[in-house]
Amino acid sequence: MEASSRSEPRDSLIDQELTPAMLAMEIESQLPGATVELEPEQEMMTVNMGPHHPATHGVLRLVVDLEGEVVKDLKPIVGYVHTGIEKSCESMAYWKVIPFVERMDYLSYFFNMQAYCGAVEKLTGLEVPRRAQYLRVLHMELNRLHSHLVWLGTTALDIGAMSVYFYCFRDRDKVLDLFEMSAGQRMHTRYFQIGGVAEDIPTGFERKVREMIETVNRGIGQYESLLDRNEIFLIRTKNIGVVSRERLLELGVTGPLLRASGDAWDLRKEADYLVYDELDFDVPVGTVGDGYDRYRVRLTEMRESLKIIEQCLDGLPEGPWIADDRKYVLPPRSELSTSMESLIHHFKLVTEGFRVAPGEVYNPVESPRGELGCFVVADGSAKPARVHFREPSFVNLQALKDMAVGEYVADLIQTLAMLDPILGGIDR
Amino acid sequence: MTPLLADTNFVDATWIMVVKSLVIFIVILSIVPVVLLAERKLLGRFQQRYGPNRVGPYGALQPLADVGKLLSKQGFRPKGAVPFLYEIAPAISIFAAVVTLAILPFGDVQGGVGLYGIDVPIGILYFFAFGAIGFYGLLLGGWASGSKYSFLGAMRSAAQLISYEIAMGLSLLGVVMMAGSLSLVDIVKAQGDIWFIVPQIVGFLIFMVAGFAETNRVPFDLPEADAELVAGYSTEYGGMRFGSYFFAEYMEILIISGIASTMFLGGWMGPGPPLLDPIWMLAKMLAITFFFIWIRATLPRFRYDQLMSFGWKILLPIATLNVLVTAVLVVVT
Repeated sequence: MEASSRSEPRDSLIDQELTPAMLAMEIESQLPGATVELEPEQEMMTVNMGPHHPATHGVLRLVVDLEGEVVKDLKPIVGYVHTGIEKSCESMAYWKVIPFVERMDYLSYFFNMQAYCGAVEKLTGLEVPRRAQYLRVLHMELNRLHSHLVWLGTTALDIGAMSVYFYCFRDRDKVLDLFEMSAGQRMHTRYFQIGGVAEDIPTGFERKVREMIETVNRGIGQYESLLDRNEIFLIRTKNIGVVSRERLLELGVTGPLLRASGDAWDLRKEADYLVYDELDFDVPVGTVGDGYDRYRVRLTEMRESLKIIEQCLDGLPEGPWIADDRKYVLPPRSELSTSMESLIHHFKLVTEGFRVAPGEVYNPVESPRGELGCFVVADGSAKPARVHFREPSFVNLQALKDMAVGEYVADLIQTLAMLDPILGGIDR
Repeated sequence: MTPLLADTNFVDATWIMVVKSLVIFIVILSIVPVVLLAERKLLGRFQQRYGPNRVGPYGALQPLADVGKLLSKQGFRPKGAVPFLYEIAPAISIFAAVVTLAILPFGDVQGGVGLYGIDVPIGILYFFAFGAIGFYGLLLGGWASGSKYSFLGAMRSAAQLISYEIAMGLSLLGVVMMAGSLSLVDIVKAQGDIWFIVPQIVGFLIFMVAGFAETNRVPFDLPEADAELVAGYSTEYGGMRFGSYFFAEYMEILIISGIASTMFLGGWMGPGPPLLDPIWMLAKMLAITFFFIWIRATLPRFRYDQLMSFGWKILLPIATLNVLVTAVLVVVT
């Protein structure tokens, strides 16, 4: 680790443009005691942004080399909120893992749950009832809306448009109210169960969702009128942080970032999970791949999410909201006092959990930030042998250097905000 | 007797001068917390929240509570800071802001007393001089803090000063030419028929834009851009030293508003008896201050190089053109 990090600058010297400051650093490191005097304009300033910095969206640390105000080199350093969640999952029964994985990327908890629950369902071959699938899609799209609202607010704040932040959080609260209503919690709801969802939606939920759709639709109109043709916003975002589609694919970038560069890759269309194939929605793509396209793609996605939510409400089938397989799913509470068998199942599930036959599975879903995949290895016991997440924030963060080097430090903040990294997801 | 430094148009007795400066100082000094509160309240309203409402009725005592808190803080200085400059820099800022108050006219000579600090014939130049000195406060403070963020903030404020001071000067030149005087009192008097905002609308707009840059307000708040530079030049400041910067910034807003109302909005002129003149002046100042707050709630921030090119490539040519056209018209008519 030590050696590799030391040899890194030398390797990068070969394929990068050689700046006087880098040459000077190289000479000084090769010849002990030698000092190289630089002209003032060639001097580099290394700024350590974070882990406590107002614009790094969590405890991300960026070591930035600046020449004047232009970013010449950049190294993101992660690990400051490492929680060891993936490791902790290995000592939990399958169904107790759910609240853990929710807390990784704290803005896309429904997606984390779906990635994990879907993987376990694939391993066990459990069929999710259609009503549960609709409810999952409904909540995931609400979650996407919520995540994009937070993204828009914080991004606008980073660019200096302070009010948009408050408007976004106003609308986000409407979404969280819905989570509270259906799942009992505003964040980290633990709503998805293996085999379905924990509880049916309460009465009055549909009306509130429709009210929310109206409010947020109006809200999105407000953001558009505040930002879309705002001259300052345009010059701050247009043609900034452009990375070609090919390079993004090389780096494994997915989600709105990739779609903004013109690649309509959306797992909701490609991977065919839950009931997305029955729903009518479009995948917005950009043309240039700059900050403005990323903004437009996400804003349009919010509109599309509203469309999906509306369709989920209209097409919500009647029926059970969780699978009826007592080996995997807790029996209804009412049966416990009358049925001995139910009591035994309940006891077994709560104390030991269910066992999963050996195998491994990777289950990707389209999270607000891109491909969120969960890899679960089962060894036949009641606990997963390994749970690993492919976090879009982590993979996308690799692209930051390509986006920001050569731009101004203010644009670095803008591109980082447009990248929408969630540090809880990056460090896991 | 020849005046020592500069000529003045109307001179009061010394004791009146002392009383006047005290009154102006106290009035403006007590308006600053009001503006502070108004900003937070208004921003709250703009953003669909309450704003401060815990301390006192309607949160009216919030600024007092803030100042009390800042005063009780430890006077902290980072290790890498340059001691003397670090401590003197906020004082420079606040000094430059307060001194400019002296030339704002709140009324004509009434009952043998000029309702202004002093009426210097170089009027507007005085304002520019102290405006530029005020920037030294940011520059030195940022540099002396020994922090990279502060340093970048300081450099930005220097660049901003150079880019906008010229446009600002040129924007006022048209008014000066039309009034035929640099004295603020004479300029207000020259607006008896028509306020200069009508013939000098271009100048007014340029002045307002440059005024935003001068006071480091959104969209030109680059020296303290909180997203990039944490808090820019004032990153390493705490306690009342930070409070001084803050205070100076709001004082600066009031002064820019005052100059704008004097130069373009007819200063103290308004309906009613002359006794109401200072009220009119204050009302105009506060109206422009409201505009400052409004803009803060609306606009995003420029980038450093965009701000420079905006200043040099757009504002400066327009201001120059405005001056030329005004000059031709003044000569012709």
